[in-house]
Amino acid sequence: MATAFGSQLRALRGVRRERWRDLSPMRKREARFGLLFITPWIIGVLLFNLFPFVASFILSFTRYNVVEPPVWRGLDNYSKILTDDPLFWKSLGNTSVYVGGSVAIRIVLGFALALLLNAKVRFLGMWRTLFYVPSVVPIVALSIVWLYVLNARAGLLNWFLTLFGLPRVRWFADPDYAMLAFLIMSTTWVGVTMVIFLAGLQGIPEEYYDAAKIDGANWLQRLRRVTVPLMTPTIYLNVLINIIAAFQVFTQIFIMTGGSPRDATRTYVLHLFDHAFQYLPPEMGYSSALAWILFMIIFVFTAVIVVSSRRWVFYQG
Amino acid sequence: MTTVNNTRQPYILEQARRRDRQRRLWQICGRLGLYGLLVGVSLWYMAPLFWMFMSSFMPLEQVGIFPPEWIPRQWQFHNYTDALDFWDFGNSLKNTLIITIFSLIGDLASSTIVAYGFARFRFPFRDALFLILLATLMLPFAVRLIPVYIAYNEIGWVNTFWPLIAPNYFGSAFYIFICRQFFLGIPQDLLDAAKIDGASEFRIFTQVMVPLAKPAIVVIAILSFQNSWNDFLGPLIYLQDAKLHTLAIGLYKFQSLPGQGGQYHLQMAASVMMVMPVLIVFFMFQKQFIQGANLSGMKG
Repeated sequence: MATAFGSQLRALRGVRRERWRDLSPMRKREARFGLLFITPWIIGVLLFNLFPFVASFILSFTRYNVVEPPVWRGLDNYSKILTDDPLFWKSLGNTSVYVGGSVAIRIVLGFALALLLNAKVRFLGMWRTLFYVPSVVPIVALSIVWLYVLNARAGLLNWFLTLFGLPRVRWFADPDYAMLAFLIMSTTWVGVTMVIFLAGLQGIPEEYYDAAKIDGANWLQRLRRVTVPLMTPTIYLNVLINIIAAFQVFTQIFIMTGGSPRDATRTYVLHLFDHAFQYLPPEMGYSSALAWILFMIIFVFTAVIVVSSRRWVFYQG
Repeated sequence: MTTVNNTRQPYILEQARRRDRQRRLWQICGRLGLYGLLVGVSLWYMAPLFWMFMSSFMPLEQVGIFPPEWIPRQWQFHNYTDALDFWDFGNSLKNTLIITIFSLIGDLASSTIVAYGFARFRFPFRDALFLILLATLMLPFAVRLIPVYIAYNEIGWVNTFWPLIAPNYFGSAFYIFICRQFFLGIPQDLLDAAKIDGASEFRIFTQVMVPLAKPAIVVIAILSFQNSWNDFLGPLIYLQDAKLHTLAIGLYKFQSLPGQGGQYHLQMAASVMMVMPVLIVFFMFQKQFIQGANLSGMKG
């Protein structure tokens, strides 16, 4: 997808723009049909993307409680967020921990598992299914099960720790461990990145490895010099998708802790959601300002990754 | 010279044999380690789900035991009927099905139509529009959440299913992307042949393209089903009326009901009831699920 984005962007450059009046009657007919077919999406993009995008920007400068009309407040919301909302910084910190941790887990573990499955194992389909199943389970059910897995008194994870002689942890009662608990839970979705990586690995021609072997490259050298470079487009895509998703982590945290203990698991979108839908009166303007700050943060991350990708993503051919 | 050779050859052979044995031993160890790792990882992934299933049949006293027990001491099938007493499962199921089915129809119809437009016609700004389509995939939902909610509130759609169904009739960027990639792979000759036979653009679409694109359509159907069935935030915001609750919201409310916090065995039974349909669909269409995940990683 991201690579599609890149190639689409490249394709746009240097192409002479076609103008409607230059088209032949037959091409005009073709163009009319094309536009007719994509009309639903054009309406959709205006209604569900452009309108909210612009509206939330305007709302972010107002005070709006849904009942009374919005009142223009200039930069008040932004200055309050940055100077007078300790929970903003707290939630941003918690979210950064989650983004860093969960993206690393999904990329590194996903890649490692894909390598394991690519080592010509028997029953490949069975292992792949076993690793993938948890990620199709509805997140509400998963959260309820993991509430039990992470139970301080009788949870499965604490039992697992005691097998290795480690002390039990009071996961959601201890601010130092609560976010770690969510990172451990995030291993559940590693199956998705694993499947994508596995497909990429299976697409690497065997000849490359044969050639490397003849040149005397050992396993580690083959991994570093053949596999990883050829996998950079897939790694790039997965980093991008997972960073955008991780910044917006919400559902499991809303269900399992609601931000407790002592706001140790309050994430950014939870903070935003509370201002819009939990607190009374609702603060839609304030919440929109929060949303736009998040948008800018994600935009900067995305831009940095996209721009840097020219240096480290390797395209064949 | 010959004597030297005679004495050295067996020694070299012996050495080679030993090296061979050693390498084979290493290989076996490596394989054992590999399968050990695979089993370990599978246990990590399966243990919570297996425990959810087993504890849904356990008596309550057995659920909170440490160390945990995995097999019910007695199989309490009435946990399931007990869970239903706390929770109007039938009604939630009906609501979820309505939303899921109508969203599915919308997703399939709109995404294939739009994808066909992008894949098979040339028109000014087509590539720029497709770039915008890909860019919307990266727009955080948090930015859209509030204005869209306010708009639905204004037109009186809060506490109806419309906010959850209607957007799916305008094409989802990701499904359009999947479908377009697939359409691009269908040879142009086929369409030209249909055109020469006098088929209209709409006939070509419905009778040539759609049947050929069945694999992509199945993937989209599965993703759409999964999306609606599992959706939490949408129903949480828009369906405040208890009569309109979906399974996801019902399960959440059941878990957070005052006094129900401790009824783990019933919570697990309710979770199993919600998870089962997804797992059944998953095992029926495993290949397409994996394809769906892969498509998001597709180099296009």
